Amino acid sequence: MKAGSNLEKVLESGVFAVTAELGPPKSADPQVIIDKAGILKGHVDAVNITDNQTAIVRMSSAAAARICVEQGLEPVMQMTCRDRNRLAIQADILGAAALGVRNLLCLTGDHQCFGNHPEALGVFDLDSITLIKMVREMRDGPVFQNGEEMTGKSPRLFIGAAANPYADPFPYRVLRLAKKVDAGIDFVQTQIVFNVGKFEEFMHQCRELGVSERCRILAGVAPLKSAGMAKYMKNRVAGMDVPDEVIERMSAAGDAQDEGIEVCVDVINRVREIEGVAGVHIMAVEWEKAVPEIVKRAGLKP
Amino acid sequence: MITAERKNFDEIRKMTDPYANVLVAGCNTCVAVCLTGGEKEAEQMAQQLQIARRRDGIQGGVDSVTVLRQCENEYLDAIADQVEKADIILSTACSIGPQGLVFRYPAKRVVPAMNTNMLGYVKQHHVWTEYCAACGSCMIAATGGICPVARCAKTLLNGPCGGSQNGRCEISPEVPCAWQEIYDRLAALGDLDTLKRIIGPKKWNLSNSGGPRTMKKEGF
Repeated sequence: MKAGSNLEKVLESGVFAVTAELGPPKSADPQVIIDKAGILKGHVDAVNITDNQTAIVRMSSAAAARICVEQGLEPVMQMTCRDRNRLAIQADILGAAALGVRNLLCLTGDHQCFGNHPEALGVFDLDSITLIKMVREMRDGPVFQNGEEMTGKSPRLFIGAAANPYADPFPYRVLRLAKKVDAGIDFVQTQIVFNVGKFEEFMHQCRELGVSERCRILAGVAPLKSAGMAKYMKNRVAGMDVPDEVIERMSAAGDAQDEGIEVCVDVINRVREIEGVAGVHIMAVEWEKAVPEIVKRAGLKP
Repeated sequence: MITAERKNFDEIRKMTDPYANVLVAGCNTCVAVCLTGGEKEAEQMAQQLQIARRRDGIQGGVDSVTVLRQCENEYLDAIADQVEKADIILSTACSIGPQGLVFRYPAKRVVPAMNTNMLGYVKQHHVWTEYCAACGSCMIAATGGICPVARCAKTLLNGPCGGSQNGRCEISPEVPCAWQEIYDRLAALGDLDTLKRIIGPKKWNLSNSGGPRTMKKEGF
């Protein structure tokens, strides 16, 4: 065991893993996290705590992750390169590990122009790949980024990253994931899969390069709430691929939310059959209540 | 070259209106080539300012003078007489110009007429594109001769982020993805293996982040 987290144990045991997402509030209220954790607990193996998602200021992922730990729900703390330099990132990693965080997802981060402080300086001292390398060396060296030895307890973290099979250039996507594996990731969560065919091609390349043997791959999925949301994701969200048939299915539905859950379950059933897929990551943004229903309908947990 | 764009006229008025005699100082190198702050533009600026100030009943005059390069002392020395008569100097050079004037004429008030924006390449007539961030440790040999520090919105050193689609950057469809360009070029050259190597973390201490830099040529 590299970190001894629940997510690591589940993935190493070969059981199909389920993770979800929990966005911290735009306030100092811990109750929001406690309530969301109450909805998700018992239905997922771990839950991602987003880090100023889409560059909008929220409670820090480290603090929210600690609140989750107290609720008995295992957090996957997200860490982006946009808002912190290498000193701040290492400090937050030590602090989070000391507070009981055992999974860390390393991301570059959405550009600050998308958020509520578009005039902010984008830090990007590191990128996701050099961040991964730094975290792995902090855990396994253990050394700091500058090479200085860490005396005392090192951060025991199960290291994750993101991968987007729908971004360009497509032929480079698996090579980039392989680079993240070389840098030191243990698992990866993908962009939301709606176009299963393209995801299959991505997984085929992963198997050919041996990437799916060297890290556990969780397919990203999400329930749509409406046809409008599907269209918005297709046209306005960078790095998304929503096929027209999904939009048509959502448009034709009487109960759009129910249909959105059904589309999500269908995607889960299809990606489960693909060799090398070790689990799913359910991104029900500000719709946590959908997660237990998706997990139930997909027959993922007893 | 260094590119700079003229500030909003109201902002220029606010900086200069409290003073009677204004000297608009043009620069005939980079800002002349990018058609924003050379001799012609400095003269136009002086005229526009003069007309507006007269209309508003502001006393004093607006003169203009242009040197070949405001970033060198010897050129600034040549305008001592005009500077002497001015209560304030409005420089249409990049930000080095007004700072050079401050260094050369410490008793004078100097304000910028321009916003300096980048080290750019003239991609086509009248279009400048940022190509260099003056980071102090050039790495473009590893990226097909295309700089991701200046040309990727996130200064990524290890490939395109998940927001790259159809060759465009996630920040705007107007902005090309530098990493798509790097990928295409290395693919065409048969050098894609280069992209498998992990680059960085970057030594930002060699950039302006390490403090203001000085370059000294030995032997002079």
